[in-house]
Amino acid sequence: MNKLNLDKQIIDECRQMAGAIADDVQAFIDRHTTVAIERTVCRLLGIDGVDSFGAPLCNLMVDEVKQKADLSLGISIYVASALKHYGMSLTDFVTHYQNDEVTLTGHDLINFTEADQLLKPYLDAGFNKIKANRQTRKDYLAKYPAPETELYVIVATGNIYEDVIQATAAAKAGADIIAVIRTTGQSLLDYVPYGITTEGFGGTYATQANFKIMRAALDKISEEEKRYIKLVNYASGLCMPEIAIMGALERLDVLLNDSMYGIIFRDINMQRTFVDQYFSRLINAYAGIIINTGEDNYLTTSDAVEQAHTVLASQFINEQFALRARLPKRLMGLGHAFEIDPAIENGFLFELAQAQMAREIFPDSPLKYMPPTKHVTGNIFRAYEQNTLFNIVTTMTHQSIHLLGMMTEAIHTPFMQDRFLAIQNAKMIQKTMKSMGDELVFQEGGIIQNRAHYVLNEAKKLLASIQQQSLFQSLEAGVFAEIKRPFTGGKGLDGVFLKNKAYFNPALKRLKEDVYAD
Amino acid sequence: MLIKTYGDTMNDGKVELSFTLPVEANAVGAEAAKVLAKKMGMIDPSVVHSESIGAGYSFYILYGAVPFSVEMNDIKVKTVDTPTYSKDEVELMIEEKLKRDIIFVGASTGTDAHTVGIDAIMNMKGYAGHYGLERYKHVIAYNMGSQVPNELFIRKAKEVHADVLLISQTVTQKEVHLRNMVELVELLEAEKLRDKVILIAGGARITHELAKELGYDAGFGPGKYAEDVASFAVLELLRRQKA
Repeated sequence: MNKLNLDKQIIDECRQMAGAIADDVQAFIDRHTTVAIERTVCRLLGIDGVDSFGAPLCNLMVDEVKQKADLSLGISIYVASALKHYGMSLTDFVTHYQNDEVTLTGHDLINFTEADQLLKPYLDAGFNKIKANRQTRKDYLAKYPAPETELYVIVATGNIYEDVIQATAAAKAGADIIAVIRTTGQSLLDYVPYGITTEGFGGTYATQANFKIMRAALDKISEEEKRYIKLVNYASGLCMPEIAIMGALERLDVLLNDSMYGIIFRDINMQRTFVDQYFSRLINAYAGIIINTGEDNYLTTSDAVEQAHTVLASQFINEQFALRARLPKRLMGLGHAFEIDPAIENGFLFELAQAQMAREIFPDSPLKYMPPTKHVTGNIFRAYEQNTLFNIVTTMTHQSIHLLGMMTEAIHTPFMQDRFLAIQNAKMIQKTMKSMGDELVFQEGGIIQNRAHYVLNEAKKLLASIQQQSLFQSLEAGVFAEIKRPFTGGKGLDGVFLKNKAYFNPALKRLKEDVYAD
Repeated sequence: MLIKTYGDTMNDGKVELSFTLPVEANAVGAEAAKVLAKKMGMIDPSVVHSESIGAGYSFYILYGAVPFSVEMNDIKVKTVDTPTYSKDEVELMIEEKLKRDIIFVGASTGTDAHTVGIDAIMNMKGYAGHYGLERYKHVIAYNMGSQVPNELFIRKAKEVHADVLLISQTVTQKEVHLRNMVELVELLEAEKLRDKVILIAGGARITHELAKELGYDAGFGPGKYAEDVASFAVLELLRRQKA
């Protein structure tokens, strides 16, 4: 597909520069671990639950090692050594740990070979569950193949049971993907809440128990509707890898997992985020979970005409980070958005150009296309019109994950009817304009082609400057969304550790080396 | 003067209405929708459209007439009654009359993740051709972004000696924004800061009247830009300086 007459050589150069940018950061990543990664290893081993104060055991264990021993060795060696010391199974150890009868630290550390053997059955159980989930999804998708463009809607009631009602209605109305928005501020918690929850603000807590409830509900609807309904949640924040492992264990299908979103929009420390995103994405890759990146957010903050190239540059960078975490292109849901002010002359043509450009540059990736939000007002009729324009571009350029715009975007979290009307709008466009994009040819050197060439060229310049300065420095200078973040600023830096030479993490080894191609 | 809503003839009282009912879409559901509309005061409502929107829920669009009228002379609205000046005029006013920089601290506070509102007022670029406060001469603007807890917001205000505090509330669920706005006022009072700053709220569902009621100095709703906010702030600072 080359309707825009894009210069392949420039695209290749962009990829090379993004690769060099990612390599530079990856070298940093490989030298470090974080509290979130070590907690994730605990979860993968099968450690779950909370103490009598509601503190997750994974947090307690990692904190114990952090305070009383040396976390730069990794949590795994302490778990293995404690099991050896007490001669207990992990299940028994966890029960005693919960009752404060055993400790993780203070025992002689055993050697790696012995530790590997001790932990292997627990890791096998975790990885086998993830593999089984992967197979279940594969079977579902073989039975009910996904459409080219999947309709994605959000539920956000705060109550997981109410979410199920809304998700059921949306799926019955035609939604293919359901995202449960997290309660506000969860991304800034340095632990994952536990259990079923029925209260939240602007969303519902992401907990493993809530994941399980929604997955079961969607499986039921999938059978009834004979369509596999995908489930989405959000990893960005201080618990990126933990949310990923919970998603892998409960068969989430899509996870918002951007390499830089937390840094830019949640003021999470960049060292922490880069190290966490890698481990998180290794899990996504293992579990066959599609990642979604958050470039769309740049345009809600910055101007969508002037800053379009930052989206493309960031997509190139996200792609390279994803490749380094073993994600195949078919699992890279790179993000972009329809955010140009509708008052701008030919703004629609720019949107069309940019969406087509993303499609042509990332032909194998399930692009996530976001609806207008910035220039949506309380005039719901106008908003509906804007969403129609957005749906037209989506359909014409064959976007994959179509996040539906709500006409009440500027007012409140959607009513059930808002969601329904949005689905109806998208389905009408999908049907009546199905082959529109394939029938049209863009004029050589016309507005649409020129716009795409311009954005690609600007992205190339930006990548060159990022490569020259390093990504760390570029983020400090505010390269994306015009937001500046210092290298040692933001939340979560105290949870980053330089790995000891004797760092031991058998889960990481398997995530990096296991063969799981399907 | 008495007025009614206007459809296509003076005083016809016509309105449109849409809602969802937690029942199947059928004749009973449509009748229930009609009865509800009557209870809302509509005369002879007609259900012009109804359909199932999935699993035991149905959607209705109705038209009808409402008999109520409003006496316009009785209506009192609190609006920001100070004039709005252009960016150049505001800058000149600061330069000549106030003779010092004004420090703004803004944020989308509490649980709100949306920065659209605060960005429209504060960011360089502004919104719809109206430059934001960052671009104003003699204005120092700190935009803290979204989901800023009230405590953190106040700490920043103290740290930079803010003259004006701007809080934005864009999208809300179950009126959580009101509680959050009140909490900010209470915290400012507890810190004995309330009288030392100009406190302004903005957002899609904020009116001046609501803001005043909650203890703010002003409220700006949709269709207001940086110059509206800046004009109010400068005039209020000058007023307080004289007082």
